[in-house]
Amino acid sequence: MIEYWQENSTQMMQLMIEHARMVLTALLIALVVAVLLVIFFIRKDNWMNSLVYFFSLLYSVPSYAFFALLIPITGLGEWTAIIVLAFYSEYVILRNFITGIREVDPAYIEVAKGVGMTQTQTLLKVQLPQALPAIFSGLQITLASAMAIATIASTISAGGLGDLLFEGLQTGQVVPILWGTILTICLTLVGIIIIKLIENIMISDWYDVQKG
Amino acid sequence: MTKTIINFSNVSKKYGKNEIISDLNFTVNEGEFVTVLGSSGSGKTTTLKMINGLEKPTSGKIIVDTHELDKCDLVELRRHIGYVVQSVGLFPHMTIADNIAVTPKLLGWDKEKIDRTVDQLLDLVSLKSEEYKNRYPGQLSGGQQQRVGLARALSTNPPLLILDEPFSALDAIIRQNLQQEIKALHQKLENKTFFFVTHDINEALYLGDRVMIMNHGKIEQFDKPEKIVANPATDYVKKLIATVRQNKKLWEEFK
Amino acid sequence: MLSEIIKYFQTSSGEYFTYLEQHLWLSFSALIISMIIALPIGYLGSRNKFVAAFCQTFSQLLRIIPSLALLFILIPFIGTGFIPALISLVVLALPPLIVNTILGFNEVPQTFSEVGLSLGMNQFQLLKQISFPLALPYILNGIKLALVEIIASATLATYIGAGGLGTLIFTGLGLYKMQYVVIGAVSVALLSLISMWLMDFLIRKAEKHDKNNY
Repeated sequence: MIEYWQENSTQMMQLMIEHARMVLTALLIALVVAVLLVIFFIRKDNWMNSLVYFFSLLYSVPSYAFFALLIPITGLGEWTAIIVLAFYSEYVILRNFITGIREVDPAYIEVAKGVGMTQTQTLLKVQLPQALPAIFSGLQITLASAMAIATIASTISAGGLGDLLFEGLQTGQVVPILWGTILTICLTLVGIIIIKLIENIMISDWYDVQKG
Repeated sequence: MTKTIINFSNVSKKYGKNEIISDLNFTVNEGEFVTVLGSSGSGKTTTLKMINGLEKPTSGKIIVDTHELDKCDLVELRRHIGYVVQSVGLFPHMTIADNIAVTPKLLGWDKEKIDRTVDQLLDLVSLKSEEYKNRYPGQLSGGQQQRVGLARALSTNPPLLILDEPFSALDAIIRQNLQQEIKALHQKLENKTFFFVTHDINEALYLGDRVMIMNHGKIEQFDKPEKIVANPATDYVKKLIATVRQNKKLWEEFK
Repeated sequence: MLSEIIKYFQTSSGEYFTYLEQHLWLSFSALIISMIIALPIGYLGSRNKFVAAFCQTFSQLLRIIPSLALLFILIPFIGTGFIPALISLVVLALPPLIVNTILGFNEVPQTFSEVGLSLGMNQFQLLKQISFPLALPYILNGIKLALVEIIASATLATYIGAGGLGTLIFTGLGLYKMQYVVIGAVSVALLSLISMWLMDFLIRKAEKHDKNNY
C-alpha cells in the first residue's frame, strides 16, 4: 500500500484534484441554478412541482447510462461528467431548498408582509435564512453521492479517482482499488466537514438557541 | 352478594426513581360505573393501563375478574376487556366493520356471527350499519369515530370496559350527547362494569356511580358523587369542588 | 443513428434479450435477498435502540463508499461473475431498505400498538394486522430507492463479468459505436423509470386509507 503511494503519489494527487474539481464545479452550478429557479418560480407551486418531478426522473437514470447518453451531444471528458453530476445534484438541492422554504411557518410570512416587506425581501430575509438548515443537509447528501458517482466518470475519460479503481480492475491488483476507495472517502469527509463549517458560520446563533 | 371485578392491593408503580403510583388499594364491584378523576400526572391513566396489563405494577397485586394479572394469560384476558382511548385508535387501514371485528376474528368466530354482531353494535351506538360499516375511519367525524370505538370495545360482550378520556377531544355538544348515551348504555347493558378515566369534574360526577379522585398517584377520595360534594375528604377535593361552585356563581351573575 | 439502432435489433435482438434477462435477473435476485435481510433487521431496529444506532452508522458509512469501489473490491477475493455482483448489489440495497423500514415502524403511532394489544392481539398478530400494513408505504419507498440503486449499479456489473445491459454501453464505448451506447443507456434508463413508477403506484395504493387519521 505505502509503496504504491510512494511510487504514484504525484499522479494520485493529480487525480484527487481532478475529482474534487469535477464535484465542486458541478455542485456550484447546481446551487446557482437552484437559487435562480427558486427566485423565478417560488410563487408558482405547479411549476416548481413539475420541475422537481423532472429532476427526479433524471435522478433515477442510472449514472453510467447518463454519462454514456451525453457522449453523442457533449463528447468525452470532464465537462460531460460535470453536467451529469450537476443534474443529479440539482434534484437533491432543489428538493431540500423547496421543503425548507415551504416548511417556514406561514405566520412569519404574514408578519413580514405586515411590517411592509416586499415579496423578494420576504424571500431573502425571512424564508431563506430559515430554510438554510435544510439546504445544507441537501448539500451534504448530494456531495457524498456526487463524489461516488464521479468515480464512474472515469469511463468517459473524465479522469478522477475512478481511474485508480479501473487500473486495479484491469491489472487485477487490490491496492489501487483500495487507494481509490480510501481517497474518495477522504475527499467526501473533507467536503462534508467544510460544508458543516460553512453552515456553522452562516447559521448564526438563533438556530442553536431555538434548538435549545 | 356483590361480586368484585377489579381489586388493587398495595399497588405501586415506579419509572426509575419516579414514583407514579404509591400504595394503591381499591375495589370495583361488578356492574358499577366508576369514574376516575385527576389532572395529568395524577396516575389515572397508568392505573387504567395496569388493569389490562399494558403497564405492569412495580409491586402489589391486581386481580381482574378473578384472574391474578401476573399469573394469567394477558392476551386471553384482554380479549374480554373492552378498551376505549381518547385518540380513538381506530385502525386507519381497516373498514369500520373490520375495526369492530378485530377481536371476534382473533377469537375465530364464524362470519355470520361477526356480521350480525357488527350490525347490532353499530345500531347500539346509533350509527346506521348499512351506511357506515364499509367506510374507513378517515371518512367519519370525531364523534362518529368514538361511537365506533365504543362499539369495538363491546364486540365480545366483555364484562368490563375501561375507557381512557374517551370524550375529551370532542367539542362540547357532541361530548354531552355521548355522555348521556353512554350513561343510558350502561343502564341498558346489565352487569357491565365501566372504568372511566377523565379530567373533567362535571363528567366524572355526572357519569359515576362512584368517583375516584386521584392526585400524585394516591386516591384522595373514592365515594358516591353526592357524598364527595357533601363531605370532601381532603383539601384537594375541597378545592376541586370549589372550582365548580365558582363557575356556577359566574353563570348566576350572568342571569 | 436511428437506422443503425433498427439494424441492431434486426440482427442481434437475441443478444439484446440475453442482456436484458441478465440485468433483470441480477437486479431481482439482489432485491429479494436484500429484502429478506433488511426487513427483519429494520423491524428489530424499530424496537431496539442499539440495533437502530448500528444500522444508522452502517448506512452512513455505506453511503460514502462509491458503488463502483464496492463492486470492484470483491474481485480479488471471490473473482468475477454473477455472485460477486450479487453480493455487492445486496450490500448497496441494504441501507435504504433498513433505514426506511425502521422509519416506517417508528411512524406507527404508539396508540395503535396499545389498542391492538388491548384488543387481545399477540405480538405476531399485532405485527401482521397493524404495524406492518401501517408501515408499508415507508417500506415500499425504501424498496423503490433500493431498486433504483440496484438497477443503476447492475449496469456497472458488466465490468466484473456479470453481463447485463451495461455490456452494451461498455462495448459501445470501447468500439465507439454510439448505437450500442444509446440502446444500452436508454434501456437501463427506461428500466429504472418503469420500476420507479410501479413503486410509486404501489405506494399510493398502500397509503390510500391512511390520510387524516392521526
